[in-house]
This record gives sequence, C-alpha cells and structure tokens, in this order.
Amino acid sequence: MSLSPVEGVALAEIESDPDAIAPAAKGVVGRSPGQLAWLRLRRDRTAVVSGVLLVFFLLLGLSAPLIEMAYGIGPREQFQKLLDGFGMPLGYAGGVTGDHWFGLEPNLGRDIFIRLIYGLRTSLFIAFAAALITATIGIALGALAGYLGGWLDAVINWITDLTLAMPFLIIALALTPTITLRFYGERGQVSSAFGVGVLIGVFAIFGWTSTARLVRGQVIALREREFVEAAKASGAGLGHIIFRQLLPNIWAPILVSFSLAVPQFITSEAALSFIGVGLSDETPSFGRMIYDSLDFLQTDPAYVFFPGITIFALVFAFNLFGDALRDALDPKSSR
Amino acid sequence: MSRFLIKRLFSATLTLFAVSVLTFLMFFALPRDPVTSICSKNCNPERLERVRDDLGLNDPLISQYAGYMKGIVTGRDLGSAQGGRCDAPCLGWSYVTNEAVSDTIARVLPVTLSIVIPAAILWLLLGVGLGMVSALRRGTWLDRLAIGFSLTGASLQLYFVGAVLLLVFVYNLRLLPVPSYTSLFDNPAKWASGLVLAWVALAFLFSAIYARLSRAQMLETLSEDFVRTARAKGLAKPAVYGRHALRAAITPVVTIAGLDVGGALGGTVITETTFGIQGLGRTAVDAVKAGDLPTIMATVLIAAVFVVLANALVDLLYAAIDPRVRLR
Repeated sequence: MSLSPVEGVALAEIESDPDAIAPAAKGVVGRSPGQLAWLRLRRDRTAVVSGVLLVFFLLLGLSAPLIEMAYGIGPREQFQKLLDGFGMPLGYAGGVTGDHWFGLEPNLGRDIFIRLIYGLRTSLFIAFAAALITATIGIALGALAGYLGGWLDAVINWITDLTLAMPFLIIALALTPTITLRFYGERGQVSSAFGVGVLIGVFAIFGWTSTARLVRGQVIALREREFVEAAKASGAGLGHIIFRQLLPNIWAPILVSFSLAVPQFITSEAALSFIGVGLSDETPSFGRMIYDSLDFLQTDPAYVFFPGITIFALVFAFNLFGDALRDALDPKSSR
Repeated sequence: MSRFLIKRLFSATLTLFAVSVLTFLMFFALPRDPVTSICSKNCNPERLERVRDDLGLNDPLISQYAGYMKGIVTGRDLGSAQGGRCDAPCLGWSYVTNEAVSDTIARVLPVTLSIVIPAAILWLLLGVGLGMVSALRRGTWLDRLAIGFSLTGASLQLYFVGAVLLLVFVYNLRLLPVPSYTSLFDNPAKWASGLVLAWVALAFLFSAIYARLSRAQMLETLSEDFVRTARAKGLAKPAVYGRHALRAAITPVVTIAGLDVGGALGGTVITETTFGIQGLGRTAVDAVKAGDLPTIMATVLIAAVFVVLANALVDLLYAAIDPRVRLR
C-alpha cells in the first residue's frame, strides 16, 4: 500500500507521540495498518472507556457461576416471603435491599441481579455467535457475487433476495416451535442449550443478507477502479484481489455493520421473546426479562428499569466501541 | 437498461414463486394439523373429515398448491362452507376469522401503509440529514449532539421506547389519544394523532442507523480525490457536497433503506404489537398463533412482494445515483 499524504501525517503524529511504543530504531519506522489502528484506538478516550466497559460486561457474563457463588443466590430461587399479597415486592424500588441488589421479580420473587448476570451471558453468547457466523457468510458471498458478477452474482443475489423476502419474525415465530417439536416431540423437556442453538441457527439463516448486500454494493462500486485493474493486469489471482485489494478498502462499512450486528442480535433475541418465541423461562435472557417486565410498567417500574438500563448500557457500549474502531481502522482517517 | 429490467423482473417472479413454495411446504410440515385449531376439542370425526375435504387437505400437495396459485390469478370456487365464489386475487378462506383472506388483507394493509410510509419519510430525512451535518461539521458540538442522538436511538428497543412514549404522552400528560387507526380519507387529523407515536418511535430508532451509516460514508467520500478536485476547480461548497459527495456516499444508505422499507411494509410486528394497532404484522402473528394457514400464507406472500419490489427498485436507484455503477 502506498503512503498517501494523509497517512504520512498520521505516521508523523504517532512518531512524535512519546507514549507510543516506538522500537529502538530511530527515524521513520514502518508499521502495519493494524499496528497503526491499535495505536489510534489506545489514544481514543471513547474507545478506551467503552472497551473497558465491554470487557467488564464480558467478564461478568463469563464468570456468572462464580458470581452466583459469591452472591449466594441462584437464578431460580424464589423469595415469596418478600412479596405482598398482590405478588408485588415489598420495600422501595421493587424490593432493593442489601441481599437483593436490584430487587425481586413480581409474582415469582426471583432475584433480578443474578438473573441479569445469567441473562447477560446468554445474550452475549447468542449475539457473538450469530454475528460471527453471519458476517463470515455475508462477506464471502457478497464479495464473490460483486466481483465475479455473471451467473454466480445472479444466483447469490437471488438467494439473498429470497432470504430477505421471507418476513423474519413471522417465519421465526412459525419455525421455532416446529423445529423444537421435531427434535423433542410433544412432551420432551427442551434443554436450554438446544433453545439457544435453534435461535443462533435461525439468526444465521436470516442474518447474513444485509452484510452480503452491503459488501456486494461496495465491491461493485470498486471493481471498475484503477487499482483493481492494475492488480488484475499484474496477474493477481481471485483471492488476492478480493482479500488484499477489495476487502481492505471496505473495512469501514463492514466494521460498522458488524458493530451494529452484535447489539442487533441482542435486540432480535429480545424481539422474538416479545412476540412469544425465543427462549423458555428456564433460561434467563434479557429479552425474556424485558418482555415479562413490560406488564408491570405502571405498577413496578423498577422491574422495567433494571433490565432496560442494563441492555441499553450494553448495546450503547457496543455502538460506541464500534464507532471508535471504525475511526481507528480507517486508513484514510487522520484523527 | 431494458435488458436489465427484464432480467430483474424475471428473477423477482422466480423469487416470489420460491417463497410461495417454501412457505407452502413449511406450513404443511407444521406438526399441528390445521384442522384441529379450526374445530375445537369436542369436534366429531365426521365434521373434521368434512372440513379437511373442504380445505382440500386430502388432495396431493401439488394439486393443493396449484389450486391456491390458480385462485390468486383467476379466482376459484371454494364451496359453500367457504363463502362460495372467490374472486381474482383469491387468497383462500379463513375458518378462524370466518371471512375471505383477501378481505382481511384489504382491511389491515392500509393500516401498515399508514404507519410505515410517513415513518420512513421521517427517518430518512432525519437520518441522512443528521449524518451529513455531523460529517461536514466533524468534531464540533453539532457533530457530538448528532452522534449522541444516533447512538442513543440505535441502542434503544422499540417496545421500551414505545412503552415510555405511551406512559408519558397518553397516560400521564393525556396529550394524545390511545393509538388507533382511522382512515386518512375519513379524518386526517384523527389519522395523524392516532399514529404519530408509532411514527416517532420508528423514526427515532431507524434514523439512528441512517445517521451512523451516512456519516461514515460521507466522511469516507469527503477524503476522496474527486471532492478535492471539485473544490479546487472553484465549485461552491453546497454543490460539491450536495451534488457530488452525497451521491457517492449514499449508495449503501439506499441499500439499507430499500431493505428496511420493504421489510417494514410487510408488517411492523413489534410496532403494531406495542401500540396495539391491528396491521399486517399483528394479523400475521395472530394467524401463526391460531394456526390459521390461509392467512399465514397470504401475509408471508404479501410481505415477500413488498421486499422483492423494494429490492428491484434499489438496484435501479443504484445506477441513477452513483455514476460509477454500470448495470449489466
């Protein structure tokens, strides 16, 4: 990659930065775009704050069983004694006490804090798995279709159109119970791992299309440019042109779309719960909690507040970090 | 150009055909017999068999599918139990609602259109406008405000926003009536006041994505050589940004907009459920829950038609907006 004037400026800026981990050699130091991005990211305050917040959320989710041991309350324990005659938690703000940091659920009396921790784990796992799978499928299909064109483009485009034309929520609503019934029969006890797997599968089938279309559109706009022609003229193969020439140029939109995809899958999981599919009550998840809590919007607002704010903070942190990452990774940005 | 159009039309038809076959197969593969939901528990076997016969469920799958498709194109006779003659866009008869499915659709489609079209106009103007302004004023307080707005919108959930809006404007301040649908042609003021919360909620959440995307794209385009060239040859800023940069930056926005609007027209399930408005989406959800096969088929097909049309339109717009794109 040639040094554009802007990149030169960025390089010079980093050189003059005393904090930068400069190798012992003096003078102009060659750095890969990845190293440059990492340096930019570390100097961006928003990126650091949101990144730390994300790591914190990830750790919370990963160490859920440890937290349960330290906290001393399980996600399925019920505290009926702390509810009044109408099933509403006693005390202020939905029953917040030293034992129950975020209060109790109305009716069942389960502890909201530990359910949120476990819900965090479920939601993060589903969202990351789904986003990784869909991004891989979408980038591969979109780049191939956009660059090669011809019948391959027609076929991939057609499959994309077909997938997009199926209304996701309605199909998912009809499909999820069907799949579950096929595997478990009428009376079988559905394991929570299976429910999570079905959700990821449904997201994978329907979620790759937007990345594919985005990548395809970008590649089409780029494939007539001189640098692609030059690469082709000097004998570059298909893999080189797609991975080394085209994809580095469309990192920004792909990353923006990936950074949107993770929180979007968190949201989608919640949306499925909202219309009545999604995970069973056994598996704590954000979607399920918010869905359950909305019935108490007027009687117990704290129950809506805790999961609502947590999911907002999580998605917000993802979005902030995604934006900062975009700025850092973009070789043209001179921040 | 016309060759492209014909090809596009052909693939769109093929897509719709595939969607109809897939949905047909999928819902016939449903473990629940559609007839059991129609007649309740104490239903004798004879009547069950008769209903099954009326619905044509004893025929082979292919002839059921052919009959259904023939009904859409030319109309067909459904038998006295299902309202007799069913005219041209015949989508079958629903035993759950006891009316022709095309009548149900004709009732709920205007509702969804009234929610989506004004909301889409709002969110596109707001989103692209914010994105452009914040890209051009990068680093200023205006940029920060726009980013903050869009990040907040992108991180919120529709039913959460909807619930808060309802709580504040309908139940507490009593500024607006409980959301409901009135025909635009009967009473425009009531139409707007009944749906404005849905528009605002949708526009707030959707415009966030557009602001993010168009800001990212605009920043990318502003560092392109052709923008500098246009400025260098003495073109005024508004012309450079409005005519040259925006056109190049907006292609991905158009892609997403086509997908979103097309998808939303097929039924805004969450919005309709949150605000309790009976549009296409809510009808579809009700139909799935009741096992109302003809209605499910119809709603899925209509949603598919909207998405396919929107996609074809996006491909045409690509060529119109971005001069670098060549259709072939």
